[in-house]
Amino acid sequence: MNLLIKINPVTRIIALMVLTTPLLLSLDVMSAAIALVATIILAPFAGVTWKMLLKRGWMLFLMAPVAALSMALYGRPDGKEYFSFLLIHVTDNSLALAAAIGLRVLAIGLPVVVLIARIDPTDLGDGLAQLLKLPERFVIGAVAGSRLMTLFREDWYSMSRARRARGIADQGKIKHFFTMTFGLLVLSLRRGSKLATAMEARGFGRTTGRTWARESTVGARDLVLILVCAAISAIALTVSIQTGFFKFLGT
Amino acid sequence: MTTALGTRVVARNFGYRHASRENPALKDINFEIAPGERILLTGASGAGKSTLLAALAGVLGGSDEGVSTGELLVDAPSIGLVLQDPDSQVIASRIGDDVAFGCENLQIPREEIWPRVERALELVGLDLPLSHPTKYLSGGQKQRLALAGVIAMGARLILLDEPTANLDPQGQKDVVAAVDRVVQETGATLIVVEHRHELWVNIIDRIISITDGEDVQPAELIKVGQLPGAQPSTSKPILWANDLLCTWGGLRSFEVPEGASTVITGPNGAGKSTLALTMGGLLPPKSGQLELSDTVRGGLNTPPHKWRSADLAARIGTVFQDPEHQFVARTVRDELEIGPKIMKVDASERIEELLDRLRLRHLENANPFTLSGGEKRRLSVATALVAAPKLLILDEPTFGQDPETFTELVTMLRELTDNGISIVSVTHDPDFIAALGDHHIEVSAK
Repeated sequence: MNLLIKINPVTRIIALMVLTTPLLLSLDVMSAAIALVATIILAPFAGVTWKMLLKRGWMLFLMAPVAALSMALYGRPDGKEYFSFLLIHVTDNSLALAAAIGLRVLAIGLPVVVLIARIDPTDLGDGLAQLLKLPERFVIGAVAGSRLMTLFREDWYSMSRARRARGIADQGKIKHFFTMTFGLLVLSLRRGSKLATAMEARGFGRTTGRTWARESTVGARDLVLILVCAAISAIALTVSIQTGFFKFLGT
Repeated sequence: MTTALGTRVVARNFGYRHASRENPALKDINFEIAPGERILLTGASGAGKSTLLAALAGVLGGSDEGVSTGELLVDAPSIGLVLQDPDSQVIASRIGDDVAFGCENLQIPREEIWPRVERALELVGLDLPLSHPTKYLSGGQKQRLALAGVIAMGARLILLDEPTANLDPQGQKDVVAAVDRVVQETGATLIVVEHRHELWVNIIDRIISITDGEDVQPAELIKVGQLPGAQPSTSKPILWANDLLCTWGGLRSFEVPEGASTVITGPNGAGKSTLALTMGGLLPPKSGQLELSDTVRGGLNTPPHKWRSADLAARIGTVFQDPEHQFVARTVRDELEIGPKIMKVDASERIEELLDRLRLRHLENANPFTLSGGEKRRLSVATALVAAPKLLILDEPTFGQDPETFTELVTMLRELTDNGISIVSVTHDPDFIAALGDHHIEVSAK
């Protein structure tokens, strides 16, 4: 089931901001946990099964414990101290902050996976230009450029094979990374200028103004999505304040 | 769309000089093309054919990029240009949106765009849903997609800049057939630049030489020169495979004879390039046996994909399909010197010899990326040869080469086998196979 399918990409981005921005106000376990639980429960309705959520969000599941650990070791010490060594103080407060940070990484990251990970750049471009009235040349350029990103991976592999074949790949990993990055930059610039010529050849930039083959629309469902996201963040904050967990900016 | 007629094109003493170059790219160009004519434009490599097409299409850029002289008259509101590289012309992620792009820029009303898009896709024979992802198209399909984008705009002048240079024979045939149908239906004027003329001579009316503006008879076109044919080889193998399974494609068992030229052929997607990369020690095999004779191994007992980069280059050289992926230096000379320098071997004599033999001496201070297609190919072969490998592997070495460069390349590869070097080439090119197919490996899809 995917209830998001007819929802405008621009709405999805606004919904994401409505859902996650309030979570930045406080640094507590409660608000993050509520938002996270809501995201996980609702994800399948957005066409993202829990299995897909795990798979697409793998980096977040790696980042959350790392962020939590550093907070546990170095977070502002307060309350009972369990362990200390040099600058490290594991205390009640640092553990609470650790849990809050770990959950928050997921509570802010997973909605990105659910709401906007699979947006088609063309649809987003339509929305940005037609609904938000962003400058069309800028939008079209960004959309076309985003397609070039998909060629990066292939270029990278081809370049590293070519370097190995030529006998110049035995250098240190870091040096290799930098020379490869520079090479990729040169190739991308060339691809970019070829694409620009192809776009110009199809009348892009010849006159000001253009028509749009696809109409970008918003409707009642878009409003519903924003309201649902607003409700989740409102509930998360209210419960956290009521239960005394709320900590403005972690203080 | 059938009512759109072709446009007349006239050049009078037309010239153009790039801002960064001393010599003009085009000088005193004169010709006249009647509405609806189908023209093949010829001229030596570097004669400015692409520049002329860009000028006709109005994409040469502003006065800061170059200066034009004389007159170039095109009385059409809409001109369509299709370029050589299929990958760099795809604009949108779905085919329908890609074709619609030009119409949007011409401010055609939305209701009118979609019928145009569907008609254009039908004309070029792309029978796919409008939401089909462009990334799953083959090279030939991408070129037909670009053509559809141009037709949907209602182009009355269609310009094709080597549209089939990077395609396999089937893709080439499909593109030529699509162009033929499109021009017939729309009545548009057609100008094609293409090195391999034989593909196009049947569908064009006239051939114009860019050098003097004169008509050229088909018989006068430069063709691939008479080359000595392949010499079936009976020498012992330098490389052999038993039930080899690569990361793509089926099981393979074959031999590569020493000191001879072997060609690998087969349909698109069969895994020819993957096989070449595996033989070149650039991809690990999945299973099976891939053995090399002692001539190549030179004392190493591990499989080639585990060799150090420097050890690999001194034993097996690889020339990639796209030369630009191989370039790392700022000048042609640096490009040749960088490998030996990092490998800490003295190759100065060899470099001088390669500069002369591959006719790169006059370009030694030029930036590799600014070379012409043929020159880039020669340089990429030279960079592989500089480490003196015993086995040279080439992936589609003749893509986009004019007949002259083709002849030169084949002659040079034959010299290499005469000197005892073994060559393996992935190719679709019948002329190449005739000249260098001493041994043949046919790769099937599964």
